[in-house]
Amino acid sequence: MSDQVLISTRKGLFSARRAGRGVWDLDSVAFLGDNVSLVQHDPRDGAWYAALDHGHFGAKLHRSRDRGATWTEIGVPAYPTPPEGHVEKDFLGREIPWRLIRFWALAPGAPSQPGLLWAGTIPGGLFRSEDHGDTWQLVESLWHMPERRKWAGGGAEAPGLHSICVDPRDGNRVAVAISSGGVWITEDLGKTWTAHTKGMRADYAPPELVEAPESQDPHHMVQCPGAPDTYWIQHHNGIFRSTDSAMTWTEITDVKPSAFGFPVVVHPKNPDTAWFVPAIKDERRIPAEGRVVVNRTRDGGRSFETLHRGLPQAWAYDLVYRHALDLDASGERLAFGSTTGSVWISENGGDDWLTLAEHLPPVHAVLFV
Amino acid sequence: MPRVAFTRNLQRHVACPPCTVAGATVRESLDAAFALYPLARGYVLDEHGALRHHMAIFVDGEPVTDRRALSDAVPATAEIFVMQALSGG
Repeated sequence: MSDQVLISTRKGLFSARRAGRGVWDLDSVAFLGDNVSLVQHDPRDGAWYAALDHGHFGAKLHRSRDRGATWTEIGVPAYPTPPEGHVEKDFLGREIPWRLIRFWALAPGAPSQPGLLWAGTIPGGLFRSEDHGDTWQLVESLWHMPERRKWAGGGAEAPGLHSICVDPRDGNRVAVAISSGGVWITEDLGKTWTAHTKGMRADYAPPELVEAPESQDPHHMVQCPGAPDTYWIQHHNGIFRSTDSAMTWTEITDVKPSAFGFPVVVHPKNPDTAWFVPAIKDERRIPAEGRVVVNRTRDGGRSFETLHRGLPQAWAYDLVYRHALDLDASGERLAFGSTTGSVWISENGGDDWLTLAEHLPPVHAVLFV
Repeated sequence: MPRVAFTRNLQRHVACPPCTVAGATVRESLDAAFALYPLARGYVLDEHGALRHHMAIFVDGEPVTDRRALSDAVPATAEIFVMQALSGG
């Protein structure tokens, strides 16, 4: 079980540790005052990676080899220079810059691929490093794929690649999800890509594009480590599950209080158990009825329990972003953080929650380490 | 020789005190400064070598006109100031 959680916020990277049964305390902060968009842990060598978004000064990446005691700035991905005069626009006519805007996903490669890291970014580029993040190369096959030109920004100003699932059986099989641009899978370490969105639907798209791969807006995608044929997606349009390695997807309907949301986590061994943080969709993006709840299914989405013990049940408007819900390797401990600076932790799979913080900066991501 | 100074806000991330460099243009002067402070380059310029969208460079108090190639000529005694572009609020 993990006794430490890292919280990436608009104003720093906070750490909290377990002090005893049901007792967690904030214990340190790094990059105080800086926008930490994401943090990732590499279980192969113990390294931590923190992505910063400095706004004026651009996106940066730092690495720690001593669990956060010290950090070193390392390389960042660079987009290629577009051909002279090339101005790329999405289908709404908005310019898609060939420029690193933000890190939106970091994932270590398989144990057999030491040093290999993947980075997903806004405006949609996937990058690969073979030297622990010191240098990065654009995965050109995906960037230059004609269908990529149909990706579009949703809530963000440009498309973002936010989910990277490295298959635990074969590190050459990597699934990525883009908001908004669907799910794409390589079986050959990024040489070729195919769309994997069969069964998804996008009600918000024009009728003829409802089932188009590029119309799909997965908000977050996870793969069950212990049963890797199963993937879950929290999609703009609802919840989808695949039990055949993302060849087909089944929509999970009749989810109360809402099938909308951003994050999803799946149990490390049991593919039928997954957690979500529901919200009212689209224009509002707030918890239903001002109540913060977590939805859990333990039967593959046939039914959901709405968990609320210890969570605010009135006048609460905490929104939880896609990387701001995490589950530890035991499948028992959960943590999530909100746009209004609250963080909650559960030690029993979500049945009961304790409040870790109520006044942190807006939370982008949480991660057990 | 031109003198290049970076905004104090950048010093929090990268130590880059004012320096005197050889350069006939903004680009040449900045390249010389970045030779001294390699990490600072990515904070001021994007991956294509253009000035970041929300950054600004002043030469003797005047904003540079070429934000992409940084081809503005600089006098030998120029004061080049690299800062964040401020907006309202």
